[in-house]
Amino acid sequence: MSYIGKPKISHPKATKNSIGLTKRDYEGVVSTLCAGCGHDSVTAAIIQAVFELDIKPHTLGKMSGIGCSSKTPAYFVSQSHGFNSVHGRMPSVTTGANAANRDLTYIGVSGDGDSLSIGMGQFAHVIRRNLNMTYIIENNGVYGLTKGQYSASADIGSKAKKGPANQQKPIDPVSMGIALGATFVARGFSGDKEQLVPLIKSAIRHKGFGLLDIISPCVTFNDNKESTKSYSHVRKFYHQVIDTDFVPPAQEIKAKYKKGEAMPIYLHDGSKIVFRRVDEQYDPTDRAGAYAYLRESIKKQEVTTGLLYIDKECDDMHEIAQTSDCPLSKIPYDELAPGSEELANIMNRFR
Amino acid sequence: MKSLSRVNDLVIKIATVNGTGSASANGLLMKSIFRMGIPVVGKNYFPSNIQGLPTWYEIRVTGDGYQSASNQIDIIVAMNAQTYQKDLSTVEPGGWLIYDSTWPRSKLLDREDITVIGIPFSKLCNEKFDGVRSRILMKNIAYVGTLVALLKIDLNIIKELLNETFATKKHLAASNLEAIMLGYDFVVNNFSYPLPLTVKALNKTKNHVIIDGNTAAGLGCVYAGATVGAWYPITPSTSLMDAFQAFCQQHRQCKKTQKNNFCIIQAEDELAAIGMVLGASWNGARAFTPTSGPGISLMSEFIGFAYYSELPAVIFDIQRTGPSTGMPTRTQQCDLMICAFASHGDTKHPLLFPTNPEECFYMTLTAFDLADELQTPIFVMSDLDIGMNDWVCPDLQWDKNYQPKRGKLLNAKQLDAMDKFYRYLDVDGDGITYRTLPGEHAKGSFFTRGSGHNKFGGYTEDSQEYQDVVDRLLVKWETARKMMPKPIISYSKSNTKAILSYGSSHGACEEALDQLQHQGKNYNYCCIKSFPFAEAIKEFINKHEIIFLVEQNRDAQLRSLLVLDLEVNPAKIKSVLHYNGNPIYANFISEEIIKNEKSDVV
Repeated sequence: MSYIGKPKISHPKATKNSIGLTKRDYEGVVSTLCAGCGHDSVTAAIIQAVFELDIKPHTLGKMSGIGCSSKTPAYFVSQSHGFNSVHGRMPSVTTGANAANRDLTYIGVSGDGDSLSIGMGQFAHVIRRNLNMTYIIENNGVYGLTKGQYSASADIGSKAKKGPANQQKPIDPVSMGIALGATFVARGFSGDKEQLVPLIKSAIRHKGFGLLDIISPCVTFNDNKESTKSYSHVRKFYHQVIDTDFVPPAQEIKAKYKKGEAMPIYLHDGSKIVFRRVDEQYDPTDRAGAYAYLRESIKKQEVTTGLLYIDKECDDMHEIAQTSDCPLSKIPYDELAPGSEELANIMNRFR
Repeated sequence: MKSLSRVNDLVIKIATVNGTGSASANGLLMKSIFRMGIPVVGKNYFPSNIQGLPTWYEIRVTGDGYQSASNQIDIIVAMNAQTYQKDLSTVEPGGWLIYDSTWPRSKLLDREDITVIGIPFSKLCNEKFDGVRSRILMKNIAYVGTLVALLKIDLNIIKELLNETFATKKHLAASNLEAIMLGYDFVVNNFSYPLPLTVKALNKTKNHVIIDGNTAAGLGCVYAGATVGAWYPITPSTSLMDAFQAFCQQHRQCKKTQKNNFCIIQAEDELAAIGMVLGASWNGARAFTPTSGPGISLMSEFIGFAYYSELPAVIFDIQRTGPSTGMPTRTQQCDLMICAFASHGDTKHPLLFPTNPEECFYMTLTAFDLADELQTPIFVMSDLDIGMNDWVCPDLQWDKNYQPKRGKLLNAKQLDAMDKFYRYLDVDGDGITYRTLPGEHAKGSFFTRGSGHNKFGGYTEDSQEYQDVVDRLLVKWETARKMMPKPIISYSKSNTKAILSYGSSHGACEEALDQLQHQGKNYNYCCIKSFPFAEAIKEFINKHEIIFLVEQNRDAQLRSLLVLDLEVNPAKIKSVLHYNGNPIYANFISEEIIKNEKSDVV
């Protein structure tokens, strides 16, 4: 980690986004994670994404649980509202926050321990509710803060820096997300920012639950050559099944299209996700197909990446609950209390 | 044999099988007496089961208007063969037992000192009604008719209630009345009636309602402006959220858009329920969760988080019999300690002790105001007896000038005028710091965390910075002490002895005070309404030689809490403890006190 504070001044010629902020305005305090930690790359990608989406910092809720990954909300967008909750419980806090104010943007940052072990229940249920949020799992296969125990995402035979190889079956959050009915499921790699930024932007703009599993190697405890969550292993078995570009409503950006057919999907706010099939047969709107493809690729030890599944029509929690369009926390009190006459009427029903 | 002879002072206990519609029959019976202007008390003794197990409903007719159970059963309606023998033994000498005489009854199952009245309910209903289900339901309605005749209940009121209940299903009103008349006519044709034990119209229930505490608290949540309710089903708290939902559907839908000005989330467990409440509170909604003891155990980690990160929350603990799963459908006041100190580390939380459904309503409003003002979780310590039983209470009144007290909450304009905002900086010495809501203003940003933080809201592992914040929380605790509802204290001719209680023990204490006074024994009385305790309670305890502290748990939890919080002398506090799961009653208290006094004579 660095011990020098960040200077507050930014370059006068730094690019500004449409609300007049530079990327520096979206930074947080200096990271206290290990030098080279994959999570810091994810943090940088988040900063890039929210800067490009022109999100007003104070309308962003940064939600997290406990662990190395959950520390990162302090490292991006200082001027937003962070909520570093308890271990494995970020989904419930975000659910309540969103229930109270549906107008804010919620980015949850979790880890493989936080989501797949202690927080598995809440992870599953926030998917069921299709809560409108971006849910990032910074997945490195180990518990960093407690010094290197295997997490539930560690592959069989994978070996961390010390101790015997892992022998338990891994839980794959992407397969789980697709199986549980998540409406946006993607996987990225902390080492590929070019792919990551559009994925984060798409997840944020997706109306509903945007799950983003990011393989983010732990340089201290799990970056050795016997580990399947190391930089070198992921780079070697990295397979981008689909290339994704995010196009905001106003501007059509020129994407670096790869070979294959383009497939635009328009989101509810008018923005567009442009898919480029790297794998000719892949259809990101076919849940069963996506699931089958994943199971096959796991057999081949591939790390499948890209926006793997999207269903943009599914109702989110508020639509299911028929909640008022006005955030509940902003409804004036006078509209909430039925008044004294009505109480007298209610009393008459109890005689 | 001398039969009991009283007017407007009797207890009817009805033994049935759960799932047979007896609840509506019992409700009809109780409401009819209430509509005659006579105060009543209803206690439901039900199993943790859906259908087929024994259940009892006790209606106490109390012209004096007492608000507690009585342990003396004058009339038992023994509709359940399974419990007949036990039910027979519970009747007071000189009382009555009513049973279904369709089938022969063993001679052994008799008592010389009571009157047994056999009515062939099953036979009468089988002849009159078709269908198994209908016959079972009507059999239970028929015993209402029997009691109407025996006790001189106004039949017109019964008819009126049936017409109201079945306003849209007129044929059901007619068939129910037929069943009632079967039970009624059989008495008229075969027995001398009424009994020497009767009801007689009074004028004591005007502007009163029959309501349970969970319904009143659910209504309180609506009036407090709560918009987010998160919960996990658990007996005996479930009906609180049911009530909130029902009231919201009627009173919280936008007239224009038909959309809901509320959001109720059934969580995956209690951990998630409290997490949702905290997320919603953080974002400025008034949010709450109803639960019971096991739920508090599960929520504890988050409750500590809320204490330290200073988030408002309203938690209803509808206490039930512990430990562990305990007896989920029985009552106790057994969660004081866990709620007062829920979570690891130095944590403590304000508690409110409603004594009846009426106070459940008003204290719900108080709870939301205090949660916002103190920025901390507030517990409403109800219990199964208050929450699920029917109580006669004065009409709930609404002060139309009420505005929610949101506490030190900065709006955009105030933030705009500020130089810099720090979340945990105490600017005026009351231990309560200013708070902002996400999205309000760029200057209002801060980081909420349960890890060590300094007064500016930054992460810290610095000893002094850490201690500054936890010490300031103690200042806030003392501010809370001044803001909590005050105890109700009443003085008698005694200067040395007093009774102290709280919550659902209060009703029985009031009656016990009268019983003792009739025996020439005077006690002062203090009903505690909240924790942290008011200084007045310390003075009250100190000025007496002996205090009888009445509560419904085994370990005298309030006594421990008083000693911890007020440092009063434990030697002078004698405990009167009732913890078998049934509601406490006055005779128990007065007898225990008298027994204790005798043993103290030197």
